[in-house]
Amino acid sequence: MKEEAALEVVDVSCVFRVNQGFMKGTKALHAVNGVSLKIPKGKVVGLVGESGCGKSTLANILLGLQKPTSGNVLYSGSSADSFSQRHIARRIQPIFQDPYSSLNATKSIKSIISLPLRVHRVGAPADWDRKVYEMLDLVGLPRRVAQSFPSQLSGGQRQRVAIARALIMRPEVIICDEPTSALDVSVQSQILNLLQDLRQELGLTYLMISHNLAVVEHMADRVAVMYLGRIVEEADAATLFRAPSHPYTKALLSSVLTPDPHLGVPDTQLGTVFPNPIDPPSGCSFHPRCAACMDICREQAPQPQINGAHMAECHLDTAAAG
Amino acid sequence: MIDMSLSPLRGQQTAEEILEPSPMSKLRRRIFKNHSFMIGAAILIVILVCALVAPLLAPHDPYELDLSKRLINPFWHDKKTDAEFMLGTDKIGRDYLSRLIYGAQISLLIGFSTILISGVIGTALGVTAGYFGGRVDMMVNFIINTRLAMPVFLVAMAAVVAFGASLHVVILVLGLFLWDRFAVVMRSITMQARDLDYVKAARAIGCSTPHIIIREIFPNVLSSLTVVATVEMANAILLEAALSFLGFGVQAPTPSWGLMLNEGREYMFFSPWLLALPGMGLFLLVLAINLFGDGLRDVTLERER
Ligand code: SF4
Ligand SMILES: [Mg+2]
Repeated sequence: MKEEAALEVVDVSCVFRVNQGFMKGTKALHAVNGVSLKIPKGKVVGLVGESGCGKSTLANILLGLQKPTSGNVLYSGSSADSFSQRHIARRIQPIFQDPYSSLNATKSIKSIISLPLRVHRVGAPADWDRKVYEMLDLVGLPRRVAQSFPSQLSGGQRQRVAIARALIMRPEVIICDEPTSALDVSVQSQILNLLQDLRQELGLTYLMISHNLAVVEHMADRVAVMYLGRIVEEADAATLFRAPSHPYTKALLSSVLTPDPHLGVPDTQLGTVFPNPIDPPSGCSFHPRCAACMDICREQAPQPQINGAHMAECHLDTAAAG
Repeated sequence: MIDMSLSPLRGQQTAEEILEPSPMSKLRRRIFKNHSFMIGAAILIVILVCALVAPLLAPHDPYELDLSKRLINPFWHDKKTDAEFMLGTDKIGRDYLSRLIYGAQISLLIGFSTILISGVIGTALGVTAGYFGGRVDMMVNFIINTRLAMPVFLVAMAAVVAFGASLHVVILVLGLFLWDRFAVVMRSITMQARDLDYVKAARAIGCSTPHIIIREIFPNVLSSLTVVATVEMANAILLEAALSFLGFGVQAPTPSWGLMLNEGREYMFFSPWLLALPGMGLFLLVLAINLFGDGLRDVTLERER
């Protein structure tokens, strides 16, 4: 498995100080807790997990918007510390969940899409219009929307504008943070298909963040499952969906077919709620909700077990391996 | 390079029609339907034009006095009227209509200069606090609280005593003191805007912080800023009138409406119009500004989604 990584995080942690109230001091919230993840060039890596598990924090770290407390982010093998935000911006661009808040309502579509060109002073100003029209063609929007404002467009159209803005600088990596969960069901697949077409045409690399496993299954080559700031299982998409090994992944998979896609977090039928990340459970942080919980799980955190291209962090695997 | 076989799929999307009218035309339509905005704007424009072309409009020099023509009654009285002085004369024989017209100039000058100064101070403080949060926010909050602990009126009177009463002192004092509402409102709006994805997108694009604050966030808070500005302008105009009435504001012989109220005080029972006319001017101006601001708020708040 020698693939060139477009983007890689090595043992990255991000700790927030959370105020406990007046005169009560602060507590540490480990939003991301020792995560390592490799995003191979030209591939789609899916990142799944319930909301609050640290997916978005990890995305912010990758985008350079959040400094990790410790660990390293590598862009094509070189450390992020040697890159300015403008540098990172040209390589990595985000697509956000809510196309209603991700576009500035006071700007025209043309101005929104051409903002990266203007900020980075790419090419001659005379070419900017032409580039915007090219992008509109590319994402399947009529050229006349250039003069419109976001409030005149539908959710799907807005998401296409956001995609055009992300792609105009021809970045290598696109971080899609729930790119379809705010859209109507009928539009979701159109946007996903567009993203897939664009990836093939432009040779893009995606990190697909989603709590919707169907989306990830549809798109991803490799999948990482995140729980409470850690990646608990990582494998090729086919393997993971066919033979999940971590009890949390199994629980997520058994709940794929939620009746209402707008419900957000799928009902995992895990009984107990998602734990408070300020006060994570002892041992394996998943143990209060785990169906296969053993005595050792309450005391000792499991170590990652790597089996070829399949990684899982669970005492069940430790037992199987040992 | 682009695979043409993909076009049909994208073509479906292009069929989706844009039915929504542009936000500008929607805004225009809402403005014309909003009565308080239209009435407020109409009165404001009339007063503004009067103030701007005062030298052409005023039949007399507002400072020219003629003691032989003291206290001439306005045209609706039966006796002691003069066709030359439509709204009569004051106690030293100055044309009241001319003084009223020039008085509008003073009030508007005070109103606009004050919100210009206080608007800049308050917006700068509020936007900075809202965008950066944390320590910066704590510091700005401290400054706001310190300012709120000082009574404007008393400080203004003290400043007048210290620096002497003049138009400039009044404008400066009001401008340096009426920024608190700007700061509070801008702070909370910027705080909300800061966490929206379009700001995150701008940061991910590599925009500098000043660019984000000025070019991305500021246009979104402009409508709220204008609404606060109208409230503060009305406030400043009333404060100036009150200060001038008490002798701590604009000094004679400047034709300020507040000062005219003071000068007409002794004649309240014999020539009530000396009070009624400048009072009416103040009332109309402040009412118009408030109607305008109210309407503006209704019109622009709807625009958000
Ligand atoms: S380590 Fe134990 S509690 Fe944690 S997932 Fe595995 S079996 Fe469940
Ligand atoms: Mg999220």
